[in-house]
Amino acid sequence: MASALLRLQGVSKSFGGLAAVQGVSLALPAGCLGALIGPNGAGKTTLFALASGFLRPDAGSIAFDGEEIAGAPPHLNARRGMTRTFQLVQPFAAQTVRENIAVGAHLHCAGRREALAQAQAVAQRIGLSSQLDKPAGELTVAGRKRLELARALATRPRLLLLDEVLAGLNPQEVGEMVPVLREIAAGGVTVLMIEHVMQAVMHLAQHVWVLAQGRLIASGTPAEVTRDPAVIEAYLGHGTARRLAG
Amino acid sequence: MQIAAFAAAVLLLALTARSGVVLNLAMMALYGALMAIAWNLLGGYGGQFSFGHALFFGTGAYVQAIAQLQAGLSPWIALPLAIAAAAAVGLFFGALSFRYGLRGSYFALVTLAFAEVFRILALSVPFTGAGVGLMVPLKEGAANMQFADRRGYIALVLALVVAGLLVTSWLRHSRFGAWLQAVRDNEDAARAVGVDPLRVKLGAIGLSGALMGAAGAFYVQVFQYIDPGLAYGPHTSIEALVAAIVGGLGTLWGPVIGAVALHLLADLTRNLFGALPGINMIIYGTVLILIVMFAPRGLLGLGRSVRSLWAGARGSTSAAAAPQEQVHG
Repeated sequence: MASALLRLQGVSKSFGGLAAVQGVSLALPAGCLGALIGPNGAGKTTLFALASGFLRPDAGSIAFDGEEIAGAPPHLNARRGMTRTFQLVQPFAAQTVRENIAVGAHLHCAGRREALAQAQAVAQRIGLSSQLDKPAGELTVAGRKRLELARALATRPRLLLLDEVLAGLNPQEVGEMVPVLREIAAGGVTVLMIEHVMQAVMHLAQHVWVLAQGRLIASGTPAEVTRDPAVIEAYLGHGTARRLAG
Repeated sequence: MQIAAFAAAVLLLALTARSGVVLNLAMMALYGALMAIAWNLLGGYGGQFSFGHALFFGTGAYVQAIAQLQAGLSPWIALPLAIAAAAAVGLFFGALSFRYGLRGSYFALVTLAFAEVFRILALSVPFTGAGVGLMVPLKEGAANMQFADRRGYIALVLALVVAGLLVTSWLRHSRFGAWLQAVRDNEDAARAVGVDPLRVKLGAIGLSGALMGAAGAFYVQVFQYIDPGLAYGPHTSIEALVAAIVGGLGTLWGPVIGAVALHLLADLTRNLFGALPGINMIIYGTVLILIVMFAPRGLLGLGRSVRSLWAGARGSTSAAAAPQEQVHG
C-alpha cells in the first residue's frame, strides 16, 4: 500500500513495567474508514496518543503522508492534517458551542468572523445548529460527543482519529450518529475510529485492526475479523473459540 | 464604544471635581485598574495565576527611573523603554516556566519566588540604588511627565488604562484570544486542534508584563521614588490579582470595577481605622475570601445574577432563573 496516509511500523510504548503497545505495524490507506477494536486496556487509546503526538514512542516509526512524525507535537500534526478526538470529551466548558468549534476553524482561518461562520457551517453538518449559543458545559453526553467531532472537523483534517465517539450514547443516538460519520468519510476524510459499538463497526468500517494486550492480533474486513479465533479468544477468554465451534 | 464612553466619563469627572480627595481617589483607582487589567490578560483569559506580577511592575519602575537618572532620557522616551523591558522580562520568565509545563499552583509559586529574587537582586546591585532607592528629582512640567495638578496624572493613567482595555477588547475578538481561552479551558483539547500552548502563553505573559510595567513607570512618575520593597514587594502583585478576581476574571470591565471597589473600600476604612499599618492587606484578604466563596464570577458576575433574578421576579413566574454560578479554570 504505497498510498498509506498513516503508517505505523514496529511502534512500542511502555509505562514503567507495563508494555502498553508492542511492535504495532499498520497502514491506513487514504480514503479508508478504518476501525481499531480490542478489549479494554488493549492499548487503543495509547496508540492514538502515539500517532497524534501526545506521547512519544519508545521505538518504531510513524509516518503521515510519507513524512516521519514520531515525537512531533500534536499541534504540528494538526497543522499537517491529522486531528484526534478524546474518549473523555474535552469541551472548553466556559465557552459556547460556536466558540468551541471556532477554535478548530481558526487552524486555517485567522479572522474571527470567518471562523465563527465556519463553525456554524460545521455545526449544521453535525446536527448541532440548534445549540450553537449554549455553553458547552451544558450539553448532554450525546451533544458533547458531537461537539468533539465538530471541533475536530472544523480543522479541515485529512485524517480524523476518533476515540469512541459512540460510547455512552443510547441506540437511537448511535443510529443518528452513524450516517454523520459515513458522510464525513464520503466527503474525502480518512478516518480511523476506536469503537466498542460493534454494530457500528460492522456497518461503517472497511478495514478493522484488532489490538489485544498491546499487540495487533488480527486485521481484515469486519466479517473476517469477527470470525477470527484469536479475536474471539481475546474478547471471551482462552479456549472459547474451540468450544463455540464445537 | 463602551471604552470611549468610559474615557469621556472619567475626563468629565476629572474636569468637574473640585475636591483633591476625589481626584486622588480617581487617579489611584485608575492605577489599580491598570494593574488589574494587566493581571487579567494572563490570569483571567489565560488561566495562569501569577502571584508575582511585581516582577513586571518593579522592572518597569526601575527602567523608568534609571533611564532618566543615568541616561538622562526624557520620561516620555523612558516610558516605552520601561514597557518593553517589562514585556521582555515577561517573555524570558514565561519561556523559563511554561517551557517546562509549570501550571496552577506551581506556576503561582514560581512567580512569587522570581519576584522575591528580583527584590533581593535590586537590594544588592549598585545601579538600583540598593536599599536607599532611587529618587527622581522633582521638576514639574509636562515635558518631565510630572504634573502639579492631579488631572495631568489622571489623563496619563487614563490613556494607559484605555490602551489596556483596547488590548483586552482585541483579545476577545481575535484568533489569539480564542486560542488563549482554549488553552485556559483545556490545554490538551487545544493542542489536538492545532494550538501551540507555549506560543499562546508567551504572548499573554508578554502583553501582561508590558501593561504591568507601564503601571510601574507611572508609579515612579507620581511618587518620584522607588526602592526594592516598593518595586518587587508582594503588595503590588496582590493588589493586581485581588482587583481582577473581585471584579470578575476574564471580563473586559471586571478589573476596572474591582479596582474602583477596592479603592473606595480602602478609603472608607482609612477614615475608620486611621493609618493602621497593613490594614489594606487585611481588607483585601477578607474581600477576596468573600468573593471567592460567594461570587466566584466576581462583582460583574454577581451584578448579572442579581439583574436576571430581578428580571425573573418582575416577569412571569415561568421566567428563567438566574444563570448558574460557574467557576472556570
